[in-house]
Amino acid sequence: MTAAAVAATNQPIKVDIRNLDFFYGDNQALKSVSLPLYLNCVTAFIGPSGCGKSTLLRVLNRMYEMYPNQRAQGEIFVDGENILDAKQDLNLLRAKLGMVFQKPTPFPMTIYDNIAFGIRMYERLSKAELDERVETALRNAALWGEVKDKLGASGLSLSGGQQQRLCIARTVAIKPEVILLDEPCSALDPISTARIEELIEDLKKDYTIVIVTHNMQQAARISDYTAFMLLGDLVEFGETAMMTTKPKQQKTEDYITGRFG
Amino acid sequence: MTMAANARMNTLYAARLLRERLFLGLSMAATAIGLGCLAVILATLLIEGIGGLSPRVFTETTPPPGADGGLLNAIAGSLVMTLMGVAFGTPLGILAGTYMAEYGRYTRLTSVVRFVNDILLSAPSIVVGLFVYEIYVAQVGHFSAWAGGVALGIIVVPVVVRTTEDMLLLVPDPLREAATALGAPRWHMVSRVAYRAAKAGIITGILLAVARISGETAPLLFTALNNQFWSSNLNAPMASLPVTIFQFAMSPYEDWRRLAWTGALLITAAVLALSIAARALNTKRGT
Repeated sequence: MTAAAVAATNQPIKVDIRNLDFFYGDNQALKSVSLPLYLNCVTAFIGPSGCGKSTLLRVLNRMYEMYPNQRAQGEIFVDGENILDAKQDLNLLRAKLGMVFQKPTPFPMTIYDNIAFGIRMYERLSKAELDERVETALRNAALWGEVKDKLGASGLSLSGGQQQRLCIARTVAIKPEVILLDEPCSALDPISTARIEELIEDLKKDYTIVIVTHNMQQAARISDYTAFMLLGDLVEFGETAMMTTKPKQQKTEDYITGRFG
Repeated sequence: MTMAANARMNTLYAARLLRERLFLGLSMAATAIGLGCLAVILATLLIEGIGGLSPRVFTETTPPPGADGGLLNAIAGSLVMTLMGVAFGTPLGILAGTYMAEYGRYTRLTSVVRFVNDILLSAPSIVVGLFVYEIYVAQVGHFSAWAGGVALGIIVVPVVVRTTEDMLLLVPDPLREAATALGAPRWHMVSRVAYRAAKAGIITGILLAVARISGETAPLLFTALNNQFWSSNLNAPMASLPVTIFQFAMSPYEDWRRLAWTGALLITAAVLALSIAARALNTKRGT
């Protein structure tokens, strides 16, 4: 199935996941998962709750290492380098693969500082340069018009949808190469969701994007590739248009047509 | 509706209703006793202490019996040693609490430290006084403000450890993950995001620790002792409000006893103000 997908695209592989196993203690959450993420494409991870799609996302920037008794086996190549290698610097990895979470997580500081937080960590910029970077990030996240007159206000004062766009702005501000979105719209109303989806469409020009969603329609609307997961197995991976119309696996069809999950 | 209600008005429900009233009555009586005691204490302090309250209290040092004087050296000594206690205890407490919540949350060391800290939290303060007497005062051979500050610092540590850990644990993990996902090393995440989110709570803990030590007598009796005169020498015995109150209140002299009441009023007012400030900060955090 992977071969067919490769044939259909001219895009090179940005992230190559090979035979990935993941364990919470003794509990295996991912079973030998292999799939490619193509450069400047949106790949959606779909599947019922507990299928391992969020876990897979959290392995990609090794977020799981914040907690004890969680471990990954296998290989994940980003630009040819295995990021599961013990020598991989975690902070640099996370700056390269940015992540946006299910619930908006603005930091308890001003809107400006929320964006500048990540930039200041890795770059020494003048005030003017920093101002420009903050503005660009907010423009990229389609938030600039709404906040340009209150950059000094607390990030917590924004609405839920604005907070989530602030988080996306914060992530793109540090110029990652891959953006990992963990159900970014699940806490948002339909209008905010539509804005985020448009934003993702825009962002894929510059970034490789992965989105976890349990909303099949959302995956169909915004993704180029879809991975369907079930109980830790990757059941099917392919172009979204193919997956949503003619899935190869019975289980995928059952899920898409709403027979379970 | 009244029909149905009346139909249920059987003996079982009547007994429940009686028990309900009984426990409500008991709870209200307990509250009344607690509040009543507090009111009587505050009223007594006001009645006995307010008469002695004059500018002299803040400008003159403690007098010999029969002469005029104030509490200047005791107030200054209390301020100095409380400040020393906070200066010694707060950094240690915040760092330990930070380790427990942010670095070693899942380690055995943290559970052991938390257990020991809880014991320290409820340790009688006179034990702390004796401890500092034994390892410091007895070694150098004289009482001093330093020793008093150290003893108060030891009392501050467990209070600050506890509140720092508790307040940091209230910071939601997704916030930590969000900072970490931007490539922030752990200390950067803790100092810029977690501390900021927990700031009001941690400051409240420090204020409560100050309130706690500003009234402590026992640890100072064995360490700073007391001083009838003005002293700015930290290596010499230093006066403090609680110890002065202790000494003056036990004395047979009428004027000393009046000053003791005034001192007690001052401490109580200060602790009350600190508690209210802590509470105000906490409420602000909640909104």
